[in-house]
Amino acid sequence: MAAITKSFPGVRALDGVSFEVTAGEVHALVGENGAGKSTLMKILAGAYTADSGTIEIDGQRVSIDGPKAAERLGIGMIYQEFNLVPDLGVIENIVLGIEPTRGLFLDAQAATERATAVLVELGITLPLDRLARRLSVAQQQLTEIAKALVRHARLIVMDEPTAALTDRETDALFALIAKLKATGVAFVYISHRLEELPRIADRITVIRDGRAIETRPASAMPPDDVIRLMVGRALEAHFPELPSVAPDAPLRLIVRDLRAARNVNGVSFEVRAGEIVGLAGLVGAGRTEIVRAIAGADVATGGQIAVDGKPVAVRSPHAAIEAGIALITEDRKAQGLVLGMTVRENTTLAHLAAYSRGPFINRAAEVGVTNHEIAELQIRTPSSEQIVKNLSGGNQQKVVLAKWLTGDAHVFLFDEPTRGVDVGAKAEIYMLMLQLLARGAAIVMVSSELPEVLGMSHRILVVRDGKIAAEFSRADATPAAVIAVAAGVVAA
Amino acid sequence: MTPPDTPPESVHEVKAALDARAGDALAKQKRQAALRIGIALVAFIALIVVVNALTAGDFFTAGNLTNVLRQITYNAILAVGQTFVIITAGIDLSVGSLIQLTGVVMAQFANASGLGGPVLVIATTIVGIAVGCCAGLVNALPVVRLNLPPFITTLAMMLMARGLAFKLSHGQPVPLKSDAFDALGTQYALHDLLAPFGVPGIPWAVLVMLTVVIVFAVVLTRTRFGRYVLALGGNEEAARLAGINVRLVKTFVYVISGGCAALAGMLLMARFSSGSPQTGVGSELQSIAAVVVGGTSLMGGRGSVVASFFGALLIGVLNNVMNLLNIESYTQDIVLGAVILLAVMTEEIRKRVFAR
Repeated sequence: MAAITKSFPGVRALDGVSFEVTAGEVHALVGENGAGKSTLMKILAGAYTADSGTIEIDGQRVSIDGPKAAERLGIGMIYQEFNLVPDLGVIENIVLGIEPTRGLFLDAQAATERATAVLVELGITLPLDRLARRLSVAQQQLTEIAKALVRHARLIVMDEPTAALTDRETDALFALIAKLKATGVAFVYISHRLEELPRIADRITVIRDGRAIETRPASAMPPDDVIRLMVGRALEAHFPELPSVAPDAPLRLIVRDLRAARNVNGVSFEVRAGEIVGLAGLVGAGRTEIVRAIAGADVATGGQIAVDGKPVAVRSPHAAIEAGIALITEDRKAQGLVLGMTVRENTTLAHLAAYSRGPFINRAAEVGVTNHEIAELQIRTPSSEQIVKNLSGGNQQKVVLAKWLTGDAHVFLFDEPTRGVDVGAKAEIYMLMLQLLARGAAIVMVSSELPEVLGMSHRILVVRDGKIAAEFSRADATPAAVIAVAAGVVAA
Repeated sequence: MTPPDTPPESVHEVKAALDARAGDALAKQKRQAALRIGIALVAFIALIVVVNALTAGDFFTAGNLTNVLRQITYNAILAVGQTFVIITAGIDLSVGSLIQLTGVVMAQFANASGLGGPVLVIATTIVGIAVGCCAGLVNALPVVRLNLPPFITTLAMMLMARGLAFKLSHGQPVPLKSDAFDALGTQYALHDLLAPFGVPGIPWAVLVMLTVVIVFAVVLTRTRFGRYVLALGGNEEAARLAGINVRLVKTFVYVISGGCAALAGMLLMARFSSGSPQTGVGSELQSIAAVVVGGTSLMGGRGSVVASFFGALLIGVLNNVMNLLNIESYTQDIVLGAVILLAVMTEEIRKRVFAR
């Protein structure tokens, strides 16, 4: 791949990235969340097309204009979320889309032969007639690999292949990769687990802000160097000055030994009035799950939560709202807004009783409070009656904020508050957080943008495996230190 | 970048301007609504003129129009409940069978109660609505608790209610002993007022229907419950995270639909002076047709009770005109199917044109 560039509205996700993989090589790609790894991978898979740049395979210039084309060119993709059909068996999944047929009918015999041939070649055994949904994660992964090889893949791209594997399964996977390397298969290996790279990678390329920063043989790139290259930029200066927290400020939110079914394994922390606590960590570390459990969006299975010293049982989002907790979710389209409703209807949705007389809604009161928030938050909309679907991402996000500002919440949980919004709207959202602090609110902020966490938090908690792995004060937190804990390179 | 503390004056100014503009926006909405109603009226009058010419004047008579209204009563009431269900992206297939079941139960109750007069009517109606609401509750519980598709739970209810209606009545209509229901079934309100104009009055059943339509139109557009129904139909997860008890709201929606079916069952029983396990078969599809013709999206999130009423009216007028023209019933089904398809396609095309 040479000089690949890809832009999305408002962002340049890839900016002239070049790199190459030779036959029988494992080339690792590392970078922060949002550095551009996934975009690059999707271009290889034919899910996106590059705006500019060239791709050559075996010296031939090719264009990959769809998943089928990628497959034809011998590129196999193994995503973190597997692409198996859960209700089909192993064999059916392996031959999916290229089923051998006899006349009009499927040829089960031939399918079995083809699948077993590959599995024998790999030297692995799988329960062939078991449904994909019943396979373990490792078995699903092996099925994916077999699926790629049946299609004669010469280059296999793997995204976080070890994220859900046990140590033994990881060892087996690495052995398999070594075996395939020997037959000339090349790998692009994307991983956050920096400590495993020396074992598996031949070369490492660090990607940052959509650029390939440096490529070196793995032996010449210890994890410390990788981290330095990954973060290697000064904190951007567009964060406002955070007012300091009074040492005797009351504890607004106390979380003790919080547990939830998914990825929250005993979390304890507290937030004072006027304080922002940032939750850093890798995607899938459990940050979102923690704030969702606090807000009652997911059911907590254990632990205590107290707001202003009073214990609250947050069994539902309603209970959390009653207790003064507001969750600004990461996916505003799926969770934050009713897109087909107006700015007014979305703004008042969480506190409709306050704008009602008995069962009847007082529309004038609704319009009044909505217009107040539109003016206060500078939401760019023609009127309170605009359908929110028609607003830009930043303005949609402000409508979500308006919804929670109209109530009397004083604990705000922001999950990726600035994802997908432009720089101007970002700055406005930061300002708004400061205003909330001035009112005595406590804020918990989850963000995958490390500069944002470091620039907008009084304290930083690093989350790993659903637990708080380390705590940094604002002064001590350096990007390298945070990433090292998050990626598991150093113990907390 | 915004200055950290915007001077309060400017916020007030912006808000004042917005408030003024909100008035404009509302006025514009009203003008547009008036325009739409105007166009609809003109189209309707044109239709009546054409239809009237075709039927040699048989259509536009007080007697016939009253008849149309009376005929759509049942479907319109069913469509009101169905509208609520469909806004939540659900469906209620049980309403036809609930007409059968509640009709039989009410007739048996009325005959056994020993009451008479208005007391009997009220008591019977309460019993019927209670049965309908309970059936709605049974429809809803597996949907909200186990996430079963409403298509399945209401299909099961459709079979069970129909079977129960036949079992209770041994397959025979249950004639009413009392004549207390005759007023609702056959008589007219405002008879003395309208008689001089050659109009027999407004059937009581039609008044009941109009009341139901107006009450639930207000519930949907003006109350918190109605807003919650629309919100959870538009985005259930966002509604849940906004603290709305989506399970409760959804449950109520099916209970309303069951209650509406019982009310339709009561009016049909009054009309025929008997509760029959045969009446109402297939009316669930008629009610869905009325809702869809009225422009409510099966995907949920949007819908209007009044529009569903007009959907039922349109279907009723079509049936009536085709009867007057002596079109055989097989052909009527073909035409009706085509009209439903056309109505939905027109709506979709209109949306796409406006979206540009």
